[in-house]
Amino acid sequence: MRHGVARFVTGFLALPVGLYLFYVVWPFLQAAGYSLTDWGGYSDRQQFVGLDNYLRLFSDELIRKAFWHNVFFLITVPFFTIALALFLAFLLNVGGREDKAGIRGVFGSGLYKVIFFFPQVLSLVVVAVMWQQIYRADGQGLINGVLMKLGLVSPDEPITFMYDPEPFLGVPAVLWWLLLIAVWSGAGFYMVLFSAAMQSIPKDVFEAAILDGAGRFHTFFRITLPLLRDTVSVAWVYLGFIALDMYALVFVMTPSQGGPNHASEIFASVLNFTAFQKGQFGYACAMGVALAIFTILLAALQLRITRRERIEY
Amino acid sequence: MSTVTHTPGGPAGTDQAPPPTRTPAQRAAVGGGRAGARFFNGFSHLFLAVWAIMVVYPLLWVVMSALKTDSEVIRKPLSLVPERLQWDNFARAWTEGHIGSFFFNTVLVLVGSVFLTMLLGSMAAYVLARYEFRGNRLIYYMFLSGLTLPIYLAAVPLFKGVYNTGVVLPFLGPNKHLMLILVYVAWSLAFTVFFMHSFFRTLPTAIAEAGMVDGASHSRLFFSVMLPMAKPGLISIGIFNVLGQWNQWYLPTLLMQSVAGEPKNQVISQGLIELSVNQGYRSDWSGLFAGVTMAMLPVLIVYIVFQRQVQSGLTAGVTK
Repeated sequence: MRHGVARFVTGFLALPVGLYLFYVVWPFLQAAGYSLTDWGGYSDRQQFVGLDNYLRLFSDELIRKAFWHNVFFLITVPFFTIALALFLAFLLNVGGREDKAGIRGVFGSGLYKVIFFFPQVLSLVVVAVMWQQIYRADGQGLINGVLMKLGLVSPDEPITFMYDPEPFLGVPAVLWWLLLIAVWSGAGFYMVLFSAAMQSIPKDVFEAAILDGAGRFHTFFRITLPLLRDTVSVAWVYLGFIALDMYALVFVMTPSQGGPNHASEIFASVLNFTAFQKGQFGYACAMGVALAIFTILLAALQLRITRRERIEY
Repeated sequence: MSTVTHTPGGPAGTDQAPPPTRTPAQRAAVGGGRAGARFFNGFSHLFLAVWAIMVVYPLLWVVMSALKTDSEVIRKPLSLVPERLQWDNFARAWTEGHIGSFFFNTVLVLVGSVFLTMLLGSMAAYVLARYEFRGNRLIYYMFLSGLTLPIYLAAVPLFKGVYNTGVVLPFLGPNKHLMLILVYVAWSLAFTVFFMHSFFRTLPTAIAEAGMVDGASHSRLFFSVMLPMAKPGLISIGIFNVLGQWNQWYLPTLLMQSVAGEPKNQVISQGLIELSVNQGYRSDWSGLFAGVTMAMLPVLIVYIVFQRQVQSGLTAGVTK
C-alpha cells in the first residue's frame, strides 16, 4: 500500500515538475550563471568576470533612468487603479439609495459591472494597438481629433503623446500617457474584486453606521475601506507586478521602444535592448537578476507592511 | 474629476447635524439631507456614465473603423457610422494581413497548451494538496516562486535554447509551435497549481475516503471522483489560462524570432504588433482595425458567455 502511494505521487508529479524545472527553474539558474560572465550571446566565447556586471549596473546612466521610471509606475499604477476601482465599486455596491431592500448600488450597476470589465479581457496587444490610434499625433487620432473639433487644440500644435519627453510634474509626459492606458485597462478587474469584497460585508454594518448619522464620505473611509484592507493589499501586490511589467506597452507604443530619447525606458526594455540589440547577454542577465531580487524584496516588504490584525465581523 | 471624493455640499457637510429622530424617510436619504443625497446620486450616475463611455467608445470606434474604407478612415476618422459598410476589410485582413494564419496558429497552440496546463497543473496540485510526503512543501514553494519571478530574467537562456533548438529538446526538431506549447505550459503551471491547490483543499475528504474503502486506485480516484468534483475550479482556471495565453505576446515574440517576417507561423498578438509597427510602410488602416477587431472578438465572446464564472473565479482565486 505505501509503495503504491509513492509510485502514484511520483507518477503524478514527474511531468509537471519536470517541465517546470526545465523551462522555468533551469533558465533562471542559467541566467544567474551567465550574469557572472561577459558572454555576448551569439558566440561561444564567455569569460568569468565575477560581479563586474553588477557593479556596472550602478554606474549605468540608462539603468538609473529606467529604475526611476519603474519606481514611478510602481507607485502610480497601483495607486490610481485602486483609487478608481474602489470608487467605482463603492458606487456600484453601496452608493445607491437605500430602500426597503436595504443598501444597494446605483441603478444599472449590473450592466456597468460587465462594461467596466471589458478592457481587462482585451489582450494588451489589442489595447496597445488601439491606443496607438487614440494617441495619434494628428487630427486622425481620437483624442486630438475630438479636441480639435472642440477647438481646444490647434491643428498646428496637436498633443504629441508618445513623442513628448517634456517633464510633467517631474516625470516625462510620455510616462503619464502610458499610465493612463494601464489604469484604463486595469480598473475593471479590481472593481470586480472590490465589489465581491464589499458584498461580503454584512449590510447591518452599513445600516448601523447610517443610523448613527454617518454620511457617505464617512461610510466609505471609516467603514468600507478598513474592512477591505486585506483585499486592497492583495490588489496592491498584484498591481505591483503589473507595474513592473509595462514592457508590452512601452514596446508597441513608444518610438524606438523606450523613446523618445529614452524618456520611457524601463528595466525590461533596457534588458531586451542590451541582450538582443547590443549583444551583451551577460550584462542583460545581471539586469534580470537585479530585477528579480528587487521584485521579491518588494513583495516581501509589501506583505510585511500590510499584515495587521484582521478585523472580524 | 478629481473633486469626486470631496463632494462639496454633499454628504460630508450634512452629518454635523444628525437628525434628532430617525424616520424611514430620513433613513432613505442616506448621508442625511435629501439635497445632498440627490446631488450625490446625480454625481455618481455622471461619473459612471463618463467612465462607461471611456471604456466603450474606443472599442466601438475600432470596430466601426474596421468597416470604413481606407480613405474614409483618413477623411473622417472620428465618425462612428461608416458611409457604407466595408465587410471585405475583414476578408482582406484575413488573407492578405495573414490574420487567418495567425488565428489558426493561436488556436493550435492554445488548445494544446491549455489542455496540458490544466491536466498537469491539477495532477500536481492534487498530489501536493492531498498527500503528505517528503519534499511536498519544497515542490509547492518551487511552483509558488514562479508567480513572482519576472519572465525577462529567463529570456536570454530560453532564447538561446531556441536559437539552437537541438539543445532544448532534440526530438522536437524545428517544431516551434510544439516548443511554444511546452513553454506556455511550464509558465502557466505556477498559477494553475497555486489555484487548484487551494481548490482541492476545500473539497471534503469523506468522499475520497469512501472511494478508497471501495478499493479504487489513487489515480482512478483522482480522475473519476476528485477531478469531476473540482469542475468549478477547473472552469475558472481554464478561462484564465485561455485569456492569458491568447494574450501572450512576449514569449512568442521571443521564441519565434527566427520566424518573424514569415507570418504564417506567428500567433495573433505577435502578428498584430508587426502589422501595426509596419503601418508606416504600407497604410492599410481599415485592414489593421479589422485585424484588431477580429483579435478581440473571441475574447469578448468568451468573457460575455462565461462572465459569471470569470467574476466569481477571480475573487475565489485572489482573495481566499
